[in-house]
Amino acid sequence: MKPRRPPLDRAAAAAAAARFATLAEPDVAYAIVDTPVGQVVAANTRRGLATLSYADHHGGIDRVLEALSAGISPRVLEAPARLDEVRRELDEYFEGHRRDFDLALDLSLIRTPFTKRLLQATARIPFGETRTYRDMATAAGNPAAVRAAGNALGHNPIPIVVPCHRVLRTGGSIGGYTGGLDRKVRLLATEGITLDSP
Amino acid sequence: MAVLPPFQRFLEDHRDDVWRFLVAAVGRTDADDCFQETFMAAMRAYPRLRADSNLHAWVLTIAHRKALDTYRSRKRNAVPVEDVPEVAHHDPELRDGALWQQVRALPPKQRGAIVLRYAGDLSHAEIATALQCSEEAARRSLHEGLKKLRAAEVTA
Repeated sequence: MKPRRPPLDRAAAAAAAARFATLAEPDVAYAIVDTPVGQVVAANTRRGLATLSYADHHGGIDRVLEALSAGISPRVLEAPARLDEVRRELDEYFEGHRRDFDLALDLSLIRTPFTKRLLQATARIPFGETRTYRDMATAAGNPAAVRAAGNALGHNPIPIVVPCHRVLRTGGSIGGYTGGLDRKVRLLATEGITLDSP
Repeated sequence: MAVLPPFQRFLEDHRDDVWRFLVAAVGRTDADDCFQETFMAAMRAYPRLRADSNLHAWVLTIAHRKALDTYRSRKRNAVPVEDVPEVAHHDPELRDGALWQQVRALPPKQRGAIVLRYAGDLSHAEIATALQCSEEAARRSLHEGLKKLRAAEVTA
């Protein structure tokens, strides 16, 4: 007689996998986090926050994970406990109790020096203030690259924390946003900024 | 070009197969520790893996090695191997469970071949790779193991 394939206790397998997620030390730990502007995929490396992508943009959760896997390390694991600090600071920000994020950033997904400088400069725009795309191109070292700055901010992998929503068109119109304009308006309102002509 | 999936997806795709395999290979009590060891080792080696690898056979080969480690440490710690109960013919589920306990009492090569084949669904070639022997030797281990199980059934 041949042994038959043993039955599977799927709940036990799931529990074992969940325990693995708490024990393992992945290169990239991620969690799906709910915010007032929708779900985001938050991902930490040992260096800091690498991704805070909107789950319904950037091609969806799978595409975000594939980008992390290809760009940083395939050791990508869902480990929500490792994103506790990120979740806490986001909650405080949306509740109006936090103006600056104290999170270290990992910009290793960013390939070009210009974009890296651009995001670093964007990260320093104070809460409740705005800049223009031209300001940011200049801050990144290339005043003529206004359009490039707009495109690069449109692909910002760490929105909210790297506040590209604070960058507007010269003249004050809203410009674009990586997660859709509704979110940009909402984030600006959170910081007490309303636009006359959106 | 093939690309390795993010480890999370690899874990989700293979956790059920690895769990079923380990429960058959070492029993329910030790399955969880073996499962953790298996995926820890898999995650360590994962970035060096070729993207076109057979991930199912690869992770079951690791699980098989962790199962062997479990048997070795049981021997070292002189914990008695679980009792082999008599096969109950009237209840198919009980009979299957008892049969897998008898599998766990077989010598290592035969046990490995049978568990990889019938709980892990590996081909003879994949079993040979996992056991680090020829395909012919893998077939022989499988055959001898099955013969022993049949003999045990007759005497039960």
